[in-house]
Amino acid sequence: MKDEEWSMEKMTTQTLTMTLNGEEVKVQVEPSALLVEVLRDQLDLTGTKVACGEGECGACTVLLDGKPVNSCLVPALKAQGREVLTVEGLAPPGELHPLQKAFVEHGAVQCGYCTPGMLMSAKALLDHNPSPTEDEVRLAISGNLCRCTGYAKIVEAILNGSTG
Amino acid sequence: MKWEEYLVPTSLEEALAMLKEHRGQARVIAGGTDLIIQLKKKEATARCLVDVTHLDELKGIELEDGFIRIGACVTHQELASSQLIWERAAALAEGASQVGSPQIRNMGTVGGNIVNAQPAADTVVPLMALEAEVEVATATGTHREPLGGICIGPGQCTVDSTAEILTAVRFRALDPNQGSAFERLAKRKALSLPILNAAAVVTLNNGGDTFQEARLAVGPIGPTPARAFSAEEALRGAAVGAQAIAAALEIAAQEAQPRSNPLRGSQEYRQEMVKVLLRRSIKRAVQVARGS
Repeated sequence: MKDEEWSMEKMTTQTLTMTLNGEEVKVQVEPSALLVEVLRDQLDLTGTKVACGEGECGACTVLLDGKPVNSCLVPALKAQGREVLTVEGLAPPGELHPLQKAFVEHGAVQCGYCTPGMLMSAKALLDHNPSPTEDEVRLAISGNLCRCTGYAKIVEAILNGSTG
Repeated sequence: MKWEEYLVPTSLEEALAMLKEHRGQARVIAGGTDLIIQLKKKEATARCLVDVTHLDELKGIELEDGFIRIGACVTHQELASSQLIWERAAALAEGASQVGSPQIRNMGTVGGNIVNAQPAADTVVPLMALEAEVEVATATGTHREPLGGICIGPGQCTVDSTAEILTAVRFRALDPNQGSAFERLAKRKALSLPILNAAAVVTLNNGGDTFQEARLAVGPIGPTPARAFSAEEALRGAAVGAQAIAAALEIAAQEAQPRSNPLRGSQEYRQEMVKVLLRRSIKRAVQVARGS
């Protein structure tokens, strides 16, 4: 590849097509964009949080083809042709998902920074295991750190969210 | 850390051609759970990333002629939920199920864990005890080599991810008179690097009362995941029992060279724990081999 062609390519963005919260979305992304950057900075879906940026805390958890992933470690172009679900897609605008209601009712939200990620991990669990045990809940959220609650109320909320 | 191109080849040949075209400036990415962090921290550089997760050759867990072949892009979660791996190589399923967190296990791959070459990689330690070999595709063809030969230092793997692609890992499926187990010591149950981990694969004679063979692996007690060969030798032909195991574990602990580390504990503590983790793995592996 000649140098001038290389510099042309540097300028090039790539088209990312994905199903985001149930709707097909096309967006021009930098090749080096991470999924969380595209969600927050280009698509204004700021429900997904960034905290550690290293896959340690789970604040940026979204579902990729139904599975929880750290969107701070996922190149956006890995979502090409796939389904992405963020906290904004849990319930129709103005409504709450049963899990969100349970979080409110059980006082599972304190500072709130871990909450979107917690909800997404919990949603992935309940989608394939509607009646989990406490151990299964704790395993499912083991990649999501909360520094406020001590987890007890989050676990309670998920166990109750599972029964609606 | 900004890479300028993100390529998604649809065949192995195309992927190798892309790497060749970029002459060392492109790098293979699989799950990205280690590489993206390294790129962010500028511990690795790449002008182009070549995403190999769509290549058929790098997918799937298959049993062929008594060997299990695992595509390099099989995720830790896929390993941890594979009935075949639990039945014929349980140590690997146990190791994979303890990597990082659910989020990391959904993205991270066994091939990435190998190429990332950490001395206590949770899938590599059991794969060492399973005597795995890897398949590597290069510009001149695909070859196999022992897993133990490609890990040469912390973070150093002989597979050059700017030119070559690790396509699969392969080992003999365990027979009914064999058993395996993996043990891990860490400060927390998730998102915590191991202070120490260990895997055992044992082969018992038909009565189940003698070690025909034992293969033991431990990390991190040196620059690479390590086999405890002298301890294995001590168990060969020995009666299955506390005495033989204790003697072998003394040898393993003496040979282990863990360093004192503020994160992972003192040398003395970890040397003692080599015995504890190996004893637990051997005991469970024996139970599996005896069918109990």
